[in-house]
Amino acid sequence: MLLIHCPYCEEERPELEFRNAGEAHIARSTNIAAESDEDFEKFFFIRSNPKGVIFERWRHIHGCARFFNAARDTITDRFLLTYKAGEPKPDLEKLKADGGPAAWANRPPDQLNEKPKAKRSTKGEA
Amino acid sequence: MAGSYRISGQGRLTPAKTARFTFDGKSMTGLAGDTVASALLANGVHLVGRSFKYHRPRGILSAGAEEPNALVTVSRDAARKTPNVRATVQELYDGLTVASQNRWPSLSFDVGAVNDIASPMFSAGFYYKTFMWPKAAWHKFYEPNIRAAAGLGVAPDQPDPDHYSALYAHCEVLVLGGGAAGLAAALAAAETGVRVIICDEQAEFGGALRYEKGAVIDGQDGWSWAQDVVAKLAAMDNVTVLSRTTAFGYYAQNFVGLVERVTDHLARPGRDEPRERLWQVRAKRVVIATGAIERHMVFANNDRPGVMLASAARTFLNHYGVVVGRQIGVYTANDSAYAAAIDLKKAGVGVAAVVDLRDNPSGPLVDEARALGIEVNHGRAVTSVNGSQRIKSMTVQAKGGGAERTIAVDALLMSAGWTPSVHMFSQSRGKVAFDDATKRFLPGTYAQDCVSVGACNGFDSLEDTVAQALEAGANAARDAGAKSSKGVTLKVEASEGWTGGMLGSGPGAGAGTTVKAFVDFQNDVTAKDIRQAVHEGMRSIEHVKRFTTNGMATDQGKTSNMHGLAIAAEALNKDIPAVGLTTFRAPYTPVTFGAIVNHARHGLFDPTRKTPTHSWAESHGAVFEDVGQWKRAWYFPRAGEDMHQAVDRECVTVRKSAGLFDASTLGKIEVVGPDAARFMELLYTNPWEKLEVGRCRYGIMLREDGFIYDDGVVGRLAQDRFHVTTTTGGAARVMNHMEDYLQTEFPDLDVWLTSVSEQWAVIAVQGPNSRDIIEPLVEGIDMSDEAMPHMSVREGMICGVPTRLFRMSFTGDRGFEVNVPADYGRAVWEALWAEGQKHGACAYGTEAMHVLRAEKGYIIVGQDTDGTVTPNDAGLDWAVGKKKTDFVGIRGMTRPDLVAKGRKQLVGLKTKDPRTVLEEGAQIVENPKQAIPMKMIGHVTSSYWSANCDRSIAMGLVLGGRDRIGETLYVPMPDGVIEVEVTGTVFFDEKGDRLNG
Amino acid sequence: MAKVAIATRQPAHAGKSLGGHGVSLKVLEPASRMSLRARPAAVAALSKAIGVTLPEKPKSSAVKAGRTVLWLGPDEWLVIDEAGGDPIGDCASVKGLHSAVDVSHRNVGIAVIGPNAADTINAGCPQDLSLAAFPVGAASRTVLGKVEMVLLRTGEDAFRLECWRSFSDYVWGFLSEAARDG
Repeated sequence: MLLIHCPYCEEERPELEFRNAGEAHIARSTNIAAESDEDFEKFFFIRSNPKGVIFERWRHIHGCARFFNAARDTITDRFLLTYKAGEPKPDLEKLKADGGPAAWANRPPDQLNEKPKAKRSTKGEA
Repeated sequence: MAGSYRISGQGRLTPAKTARFTFDGKSMTGLAGDTVASALLANGVHLVGRSFKYHRPRGILSAGAEEPNALVTVSRDAARKTPNVRATVQELYDGLTVASQNRWPSLSFDVGAVNDIASPMFSAGFYYKTFMWPKAAWHKFYEPNIRAAAGLGVAPDQPDPDHYSALYAHCEVLVLGGGAAGLAAALAAAETGVRVIICDEQAEFGGALRYEKGAVIDGQDGWSWAQDVVAKLAAMDNVTVLSRTTAFGYYAQNFVGLVERVTDHLARPGRDEPRERLWQVRAKRVVIATGAIERHMVFANNDRPGVMLASAARTFLNHYGVVVGRQIGVYTANDSAYAAAIDLKKAGVGVAAVVDLRDNPSGPLVDEARALGIEVNHGRAVTSVNGSQRIKSMTVQAKGGGAERTIAVDALLMSAGWTPSVHMFSQSRGKVAFDDATKRFLPGTYAQDCVSVGACNGFDSLEDTVAQALEAGANAARDAGAKSSKGVTLKVEASEGWTGGMLGSGPGAGAGTTVKAFVDFQNDVTAKDIRQAVHEGMRSIEHVKRFTTNGMATDQGKTSNMHGLAIAAEALNKDIPAVGLTTFRAPYTPVTFGAIVNHARHGLFDPTRKTPTHSWAESHGAVFEDVGQWKRAWYFPRAGEDMHQAVDRECVTVRKSAGLFDASTLGKIEVVGPDAARFMELLYTNPWEKLEVGRCRYGIMLREDGFIYDDGVVGRLAQDRFHVTTTTGGAARVMNHMEDYLQTEFPDLDVWLTSVSEQWAVIAVQGPNSRDIIEPLVEGIDMSDEAMPHMSVREGMICGVPTRLFRMSFTGDRGFEVNVPADYGRAVWEALWAEGQKHGACAYGTEAMHVLRAEKGYIIVGQDTDGTVTPNDAGLDWAVGKKKTDFVGIRGMTRPDLVAKGRKQLVGLKTKDPRTVLEEGAQIVENPKQAIPMKMIGHVTSSYWSANCDRSIAMGLVLGGRDRIGETLYVPMPDGVIEVEVTGTVFFDEKGDRLNG
Repeated sequence: MAKVAIATRQPAHAGKSLGGHGVSLKVLEPASRMSLRARPAAVAALSKAIGVTLPEKPKSSAVKAGRTVLWLGPDEWLVIDEAGGDPIGDCASVKGLHSAVDVSHRNVGIAVIGPNAADTINAGCPQDLSLAAFPVGAASRTVLGKVEMVLLRTGEDAFRLECWRSFSDYVWGFLSEAARDG
């Protein structure tokens, strides 16, 4: 069970309180009735489904009930960032640079991959 | 003594505390604190089971959770029967009943053992090769016979009467494993004041100190030190100490699953005690201190009872006071086995010889063994043991071959070295790295906030282990936010240092040999099988694993993985890391379904929702149906009535007089704010701005794709306040759908949504007499047709409590829905019932409700629609605001496929024989004489017997349906074709006069 | 209309209580409840009208004279009045943008009290209920087992739990079983 930082509750909460709501930053046209078939297809049917960072919507449905946005790595499940609905889409390259390689936990990798300092036995085996 | 192999003055158990138990019906005595394994060994029993595939006699290999062989069935009573319990884990209690498995008719004479002789048939890949053909053999031979012959224990055939508990727990530092490393880390973390949880799978903490005799920590014998530390930790408010608790799964963000065995060791568990407790722990930092597991040697017949791990024999002696034989042999490539030989020798057991594969073993343990007069053979190997149900001797040969020497032994202790337990680390998604110098996989790249300490991190000396663990514990606490840092130091004054080890098959079991040298005992995988897998083209260890099933048994290859890997690497002529390690997956050891399910059984499996008038319906004989989580009154049979008769009567009574119906389960949403009407315009197809206060409208909600999502009657209570109803099943998702649009697409609208589904009990009173029933109870509402026409809503009082009174109908007759605050629901229902009795009204259930609405062609979303039905398909074009420029679904509705000709449309269906009731879901065809598969042009969505129409009625979705009205179509059924006429959807009172009747 | 018998209120599980291991459960008396939604500009006026300052910090609550206001979301509060007041009526005259909806009968309140109260709730609630993470006065919508609830910590060893009426059978059953474990 993941921990998800709710930007409205300002803390991490257990995943059980949340519900995923699909890809984010897909704006509904203010003049949708006049939209072309192609544009409507893009809006309604086509999703990016990336291997890597996805921008997606979540709802803290069993919490503050707010919808918000998240950038999540679909490979590691790591949330790079969550932000309030209506806030601009963050810069993906910058997020990736901040995220680092091996980070399933909510902690920067440079703090994470510290190898234990104490020495191991070097006595040989057969 | 409890058992003739129990040695006085050895071990830590109390001789006076005996416990009786039975094994395969034979009564035996053990001691409190014994495991089943130690108690059996104390009674001289080595043969405890038969193997999975070959039915070979098997004994006890280990003294812990890694045990692959000694699997038994433990039972308290007929229902409390647990198969595949590791005898080395199950604690003894007085009255325990143990049975061996996978044997018939008895353990010592097992018919299935013929599989051992026929073993060339069952070699690696047997299943994949054999079960291919002929097809018929599946049912006749493979399933009933071969599968029955293989396998382990038998699952109980009664429901589990025990209860299981669970809880979520949070801590700063979670320590997995309670050996010296885990205890030191926990102590260092605990002293800072942060919350610490430490767990260990054993009954007592101490880990390897259970058998390692010489360790001295802080001036104390290692074991005593461990017990003192545990007592100290347990006394601290910030520490939770969990013994008999296995960490079985390590999930995202330091979420770790532990299962605590609460009563399995108790003779008489308390009534309120759960059998097991699932701990779902979220830790800021995890310290992994899971130790190492000793490997066996791979040689011919290494599975015979009496052959066991050296550390196991040492545990049985030093902890349980049990010797595993009178004359033992030792076969090793590692120092630790010497310690076992030394301890046994000192306890008075004959040690026939130590056979060391290494050419020049040296060091204090080797010297001590020699000094004790133990014969040490180096550069030699045990190539086989003799004796089937218990070994009698071992065959020794020089590594390179040559003359064989047979040495009489009744037990053989072996050690091929130690495999660090990186299971938890690997489950945390950490990447292991191969340490070439010591030929083992160790924690490499960490993926989570955890640290490995001690033997699981490749530390061989107790001194280094304790020092690192103290530091890791303190660091974990600090990183998790500890404010204070109280330094803890521990002095390790004495310990054993072990070196050595080997991987793969030993002499006599190498390439080209066909002996049964077992790698995986539980799945009966031999060294030869692994080589065969490579020979047959498996290159990846993942393929070798699946082809041979090596490491796939319930012990998940704790003893076998490294040997299997080494043999495969050798056969492939590759380095071990190039072949790769298989992935460790949860659970570390088997977890019961009970623990996983825990509270979610019986009434807590899923919530059962009941309306405020449920108890009334119950006491009036209602039969209930499940509608989602709700219990709804289905029909109210009177004495002697079957369902059909009851529903007929209810339907007729409603149209003749009136009926009361509990509609409380409908979803209800209060839409409040100056932009309420604007919001409603956007969410529903209908126009709302001009709906007058006090009036209602039937609304249709679409998804963006133009298909019907939900429907319901909406009342306008004030300029800025709507009372919206949804379908029962749609309540939650409609609320979510509306919130979604409000928050993310139309956030500028000044409007709020509040679910009031459960604030209001809803009593539908329908039928010509409905007004007469309600009116006497109502205050402040003029219910005349002029003042309160069809589709209007009024607020006032009923029975002295507030009501929102809707005039609306789902029957086509005059009708009302009385909303009252839920806690008044039952009282108001009873008052209406009393009034209704004066008019001959009845209570009706969901079935009659369905029939009555179908008579009028009113649709039920989700029954007559299926997520691909547009308003036009359903004949509801009239409910779509033609002048509107925006609402959810407006664009989707005009997609080419949705406006094309030839869509399925909702129509009425009348069977030519009015007595025939169609089956819902039945397919409709144009020509019943066509070849199968026929072209299906639609299906029946609703179908009932209508007593009011005195015939069957049905609706269906039919291709181009509305153009076919008057046509005859066909419904082919298994027992004949039914002719139907396509009609309009209204079967009763087509003009709709009765709404005001 | 005087002849009409006044309907009696029949709350779910009225008066039920149960003792467990280090914890007791009690179904609370009916209360007036209001779901209050408001724009920031209306918060001051609403606070004044209901007599309790609406808390604006997540996971918090405020209490005064038998009236508790729980922060549920950035523009959402649950007002529980146990003093026989009429919070809806109190808000009627407030002009600022808001929505006040009576939900008095929607919820059932259950008190969970005792040294094992937090553990009992943690049987089905995944939140950290330590005093550090969930102090006295903390309030949150969250889950218990398979249903949603609102949780308020009323004391070091005391919680008020609110669930929807039809889920109260489940919640009571769940808590009863969890209390047995303690």
